Amino acid sequence: MTSTSPTETHVAPQADHGDPARSWLGRIAEGRAWLFLAGLIICFEVWSRFSFGATFVLNPFNVQSIAIFAVAPLLLATGQTFVIISGGIDLSLGFIMGLAAVVAAHATNMAGAAIPLPLAMLAGILAAVLVAGVPGVINGLLISRLRIPPFIGTLGMFGVARGTAFLLAGGTTVPVQNSWFALLGNGRFYGVPYLVIIAAVFVVVMHYILSQTRFGQHNYAIGANVQAARRAGIDIRGHILRLYVLSAMCAGLGGALYAARFTAGAAQAGEPLLLDSVAAVVIGGASLFGGSGTIFGTVAGALVIAVIQYGLVFVNVEPFWQFIAVGLVIIISVLIDQAQRRFSGARQDE
Amino acid sequence: MNSSEQTTPLLEVRHLSKHFGAVQALNDFSMAVRPGEVVALAGDNGAGKTTLIKAISGVFQPTGGEILLRGQPVTFATPQEAREKGIETIYQDLALADNLSIGGNIFLGREPMRKVLGFLPVLDRKAMAVAAQQTMGRLDFHVSRLDAPVSNFSGGQRQAVAIGRAVYWDAQILIMDEPTAALGVPEQRKVISLIHQLKAQGRGVIFISHNLQDIFAVSDRIVVLRRGVQAGERKISETNHDEVVKLMVGG
Repeated sequence: MTSTSPTETHVAPQADHGDPARSWLGRIAEGRAWLFLAGLIICFEVWSRFSFGATFVLNPFNVQSIAIFAVAPLLLATGQTFVIISGGIDLSLGFIMGLAAVVAAHATNMAGAAIPLPLAMLAGILAAVLVAGVPGVINGLLISRLRIPPFIGTLGMFGVARGTAFLLAGGTTVPVQNSWFALLGNGRFYGVPYLVIIAAVFVVVMHYILSQTRFGQHNYAIGANVQAARRAGIDIRGHILRLYVLSAMCAGLGGALYAARFTAGAAQAGEPLLLDSVAAVVIGGASLFGGSGTIFGTVAGALVIAVIQYGLVFVNVEPFWQFIAVGLVIIISVLIDQAQRRFSGARQDE
Repeated sequence: MNSSEQTTPLLEVRHLSKHFGAVQALNDFSMAVRPGEVVALAGDNGAGKTTLIKAISGVFQPTGGEILLRGQPVTFATPQEAREKGIETIYQDLALADNLSIGGNIFLGREPMRKVLGFLPVLDRKAMAVAAQQTMGRLDFHVSRLDAPVSNFSGGQRQAVAIGRAVYWDAQILIMDEPTAALGVPEQRKVISLIHQLKAQGRGVIFISHNLQDIFAVSDRIVVLRRGVQAGERKISETNHDEVVKLMVGG
């Protein structure tokens, strides 16, 4: 901003703050991912009934499959939500998840030789989450101390985690020999898969952290105006470090659950999920400029992607259309987001 | 002699110097701010105003001289320390997080917490909103939508939020860097009246501006900086625009 003399005419900024249409629009935009999801499910329901005379969404098997399908991308996307709200991005999550899946398999097998199987399972999950934290710490230090842009720092860690995961796995998949671990990945509690229960609890905890704690509040502030956050006395470096450790550990849990579901660890486990995680966050209403986004928006975003992918298979469309459909949804989401911003006159730069 | 000049100054700087390598940004500069006094700091770009306020607000250490708070010498290692001692700087870009509410901004970095179910700590948004309303009320500034993000507010309202934050944390000295820049005329008047409120509450204000009209509307004294040295100090009642401009440009 430059100084101006009072004789200059000004278009008073934000002069329309009494406009009720804006808050109405804002509310619609916040819920748009859920609306999108509902519309999508209705589309597939109609499509399915007309083509095959079968229900899509009222079939519990479909619901269960979509939910399980969404678990791993959702775990990555919750971590990614925190990072994107802060104005950063974490490109390394996919291969951190792969690394964690391999570590979970190895650690569960090794521990299984010494301690009871349920304890070995817990040791495997713990090892996966802790090892995942290591690239998270490196990401955090690179970005907060050495001031490497998040895009570049985590892109480097994408390669490092990828190579490490393949080396640890010996270039192949690592089978898990632990019946408890297999049960965790495939068992059900009153018809609800354990994986879905774990993901649901996890999402609630992450929502609490983002919306109800100082960490979450500071995350929003940093994403909106890092100078303001610094002047308010927030420890930016410490926050950024914790932030990337948190997102890496989300991917670590995702890797452990992958190993449980497939009873094997694979370095490429999360490879296709990285971009899905970013897409879920964006579809969920977050801005890549930082400062906005919610966990429940991201849940809707992850479900939108899962429904598209599963639904297109269900109605017998060639799988390659999934990529096109998800890609279009991302673009449409960002277009709606931009239109809404223009409407509400929100500042994007400051 | 005005009686207010006999009271101990809230803030006094004595013989303050700051150099960056060979560049002498501030040289043997002295000034004082008394309770309820608005002191304008004027000077051309590069005259040393920003260096001065950064030294006072703890952004960096002066090379020489001392800073006294109510007569006691103080040093600030960080802006945080200066803030804890009651010196708040309100910057041109306002330093607000646009996506947070007024309360969220007032409490940024020191959010109040409450316990849910007896053990789970959560942000106490209600306490923040109540404090926001009371604080803004003290500035004669009434807002109805306490949960709206401050991006919805006008420039003058946002300026008031930044001042409100300082008032809430009981800042005794407010350093305001170009608070009326980039505002429309009605908004500038609003900020000027806010400064009058602060003055009436007995706080000290250092008011930095290029705008002589605003300086004359709100200040008690004016201190002019030129190339890092004090070029003059006048009571507003005893000077005029021409003299101040001459001091600024060295005519």
